[in-house]
Amino acid sequence: MAFLLLRRLVQTALILLGVAAITFLLLYALPADPARMIAGRSATAQTVANIRRELGLDQPLLVQFWTYLQGLVQGDLGRSYAQKTDVGALIAARLPATLILMAAGIFVEVLLGIALGVLAAVRRGGFIDRLVMMASFVGVSAPQFVAALLLLYVFAVTLAWFPMSGFGTFAHVVLPALTLGILGAGWYARMVRSAMIDVLNQDYVRTARAKGLSSFRIVFRHALPNALLPVVAMIGIDIGQFMSGVVVVEAVYGWPGIGQLAWQAIQQVDIPIIMGVTLVSALAIVIGNLIADLVAPLIDPRIRAR
Amino acid sequence: MFKSWLRTSTVAAALALSPFTVLAQDSPKQGGEIVITYKDDIATLDPAIGYDWVNWSMIKSLFSRLMDYKPGTTELVPSLAESFEVAPDGLTYTFKLRKSVKFTNGREIVASDVKYSIERAVDPKTQGPGAGFFGAIKGFDDLSGGKATTLEGIEAPDDATVVFRLSRPDATFLHVLAVNFASVVPKEAVEAAAGDFGKKPVGSGTFILKDWTVGQSLTFERNPDYFVKDMPHIDKFTVEVGQEPLVALLRLQKGEIDIAGDGIPPAKFLEIKNSAEGAEIIVDGQQLHTGYVTLNTKVKPFDDVKVRQAVNMAINKERITRILNGRATAANQPLPPLMPGYDKAFPGYAYDVEKAKALLADAGHADGFETVLYSTNTDPQPRIAQAIQQDLAAIGIKAEVRALAQANVIAAGGTEGEAPMIWSGGMAWIADFPDPSNFYGPILGCSGAVQGGWNWSWYCNEALDKRAVAADSMSDPAQAAERQAEWGKIFTDIMADAPWVPVTNERRVVAKSPRMGGDGDIYVDPTRVINYDAIFVKQ
Repeated sequence: MAFLLLRRLVQTALILLGVAAITFLLLYALPADPARMIAGRSATAQTVANIRRELGLDQPLLVQFWTYLQGLVQGDLGRSYAQKTDVGALIAARLPATLILMAAGIFVEVLLGIALGVLAAVRRGGFIDRLVMMASFVGVSAPQFVAALLLLYVFAVTLAWFPMSGFGTFAHVVLPALTLGILGAGWYARMVRSAMIDVLNQDYVRTARAKGLSSFRIVFRHALPNALLPVVAMIGIDIGQFMSGVVVVEAVYGWPGIGQLAWQAIQQVDIPIIMGVTLVSALAIVIGNLIADLVAPLIDPRIRAR
Repeated sequence: MFKSWLRTSTVAAALALSPFTVLAQDSPKQGGEIVITYKDDIATLDPAIGYDWVNWSMIKSLFSRLMDYKPGTTELVPSLAESFEVAPDGLTYTFKLRKSVKFTNGREIVASDVKYSIERAVDPKTQGPGAGFFGAIKGFDDLSGGKATTLEGIEAPDDATVVFRLSRPDATFLHVLAVNFASVVPKEAVEAAAGDFGKKPVGSGTFILKDWTVGQSLTFERNPDYFVKDMPHIDKFTVEVGQEPLVALLRLQKGEIDIAGDGIPPAKFLEIKNSAEGAEIIVDGQQLHTGYVTLNTKVKPFDDVKVRQAVNMAINKERITRILNGRATAANQPLPPLMPGYDKAFPGYAYDVEKAKALLADAGHADGFETVLYSTNTDPQPRIAQAIQQDLAAIGIKAEVRALAQANVIAAGGTEGEAPMIWSGGMAWIADFPDPSNFYGPILGCSGAVQGGWNWSWYCNEALDKRAVAADSMSDPAQAAERQAEWGKIFTDIMADAPWVPVTNERRVVAKSPRMGGDGDIYVDPTRVINYDAIFVKQ
């Protein structure tokens, strides 16, 4: 266990270094000049040159990267070009909202996905199965923007059950979480369904049936735990994905998550923020996968943490 | 021998800034709290740094400057200054400050605060985009070039007097003292904020920033000690950021918010306009804006003036105003109608496909040619680019539309020989201040036709550049009319060379709840977009 963690720690450091290097190079290779973007239209050539020098953008790329890394190892993500504030503080301010939406979204999609997946597997080939599969297909292919607006219109504008926009109370998180959950549940439903069908065809399930156990007990006590492994892996991936921000859902519900920060930074070529968000989400993906790996043996004792 | 302007400027300013500038039957009331939404987060409220259309109007209200504009107009009036004098040679400006005006931290504003604030805006360490505006002040090059830490051209002989010495006459200098970059800030608050003044601003304007929850909302409260009585009208406004314009509009219709700062999404415009309360919700106003297509004079075949003139005749501008829901008028010259110097009588190039074809044939392109038209990628800009593409096709020019993110279009425009045509929509020139010279240098003058510049036509006419310099040297107020006429002539003369196709003058649209009072000009103020000082709640 300790060894696993140590190895993962080293891996994480290497992954982050790689992500930092690639992102940095890509951003500076862009045909857009951050100094120009800050300086705006009326700036004279000298003003632009001054800004470029003050930001260190006149240094060779490797020197800039080295300076960035030096800050990074001390936990300093640099200062935003446009906002002139610490990137770390900007990200930290948006972290609670991002974490809440991530947790709530995953909760809804997993709950919904497992329920529907089990239902479809048990009623395999039947009407319910086909309905669930169709619904999950619609879910995974529906554009987030449309789905979010639809939910907003029905539940916040027409029925007024939930606030339209903002952050702070439980009621605020319901609609964004439902949007993410309903759209994401399709993946889980499909995965759980095929895993369940596999498991339900296995000998031990037949034995259980022969013993005369109730269907409910067979499905939920004996079969489902064995079908959950891919779900755990999938959650690990979703943690990373949601941590890098869900721009569209955040935008529709005015949710102050990390995605909006990143989106705006990209428009403004605010490289330190883009770097910071990329690194934080890379870190989240690594941690998400680590959690999935650590949880897997708890669900299936046949797997040992490697 | 000093010429004295506005001896009774205190009275003039009080009148100008008084609430009676709006219609009497809709007279402003004191009080009320309102909510305003924007899609983008507020980048900074540091007056030396902030330079986008959203924070521009907030900074205007948080801080005060020596000069300002009468709300809803382009009329320059003294603000923090009580009076001023201009020397006959136009090189010395002497300002008397208003007495006992205080920063919102309680300290009285003195002349050295003005000096400090402008030096801070010019200092390269501040990384301010507006340093260049102060280029006429003596010692600018030394401070900007890092050879000095102060501006020798600003003196504060006593607490109530500021003297500016210029190295060249600058007829726009009073406007320069009204731009946000000239806002007066208290040195102790800047230093206390330790680099974070943009999030902890302290000024002497109509409002005080009470709270900023990063990524969510900002709360501004009325400054009870503001130096003009009965200003501002509202007690408090809360800005919610990260709000999708479509949702903001729904919230507005439900009465949750009062102003949707991003206006009305094109797809919703007609629905709102035709709704019962449409007339009360939609406010629009003229801006100092011209939308244009640049024709790159350094790229073949646009190096041929006949080709550029042909393109000018080929574009159906009326159709483009329809794409903009009629919130625009067709333009025929670089200056917008609201700008001093605009020539009403100028005919421009009329829409005439046959004549355009003939000119093109005359230039040796009877069969047309292929080219590329750049545009930004947010609605409705690509649709407008497509309309232009169709118009060009009608005279045989096959233009490929390249819709990119704004930063990439700007980069392409500033690279020599890169972008043959650019539709400026979404990043078009909106003047920093209402003076025609602001529409020349960076976008049409030789100084802008450089790597990374904004003169995307790469048009450089040295004779015109000389006339521009001469016009800006006429800083004697008695020459104002002459100067304005000369500037107007410069812009219409440019059109003979046709480096641009002036396409539209767009009106900005803001959506407001029916309880908000005042006419459109204070919601789309030509010098600041929403004028938070002047808007009010009907009671």
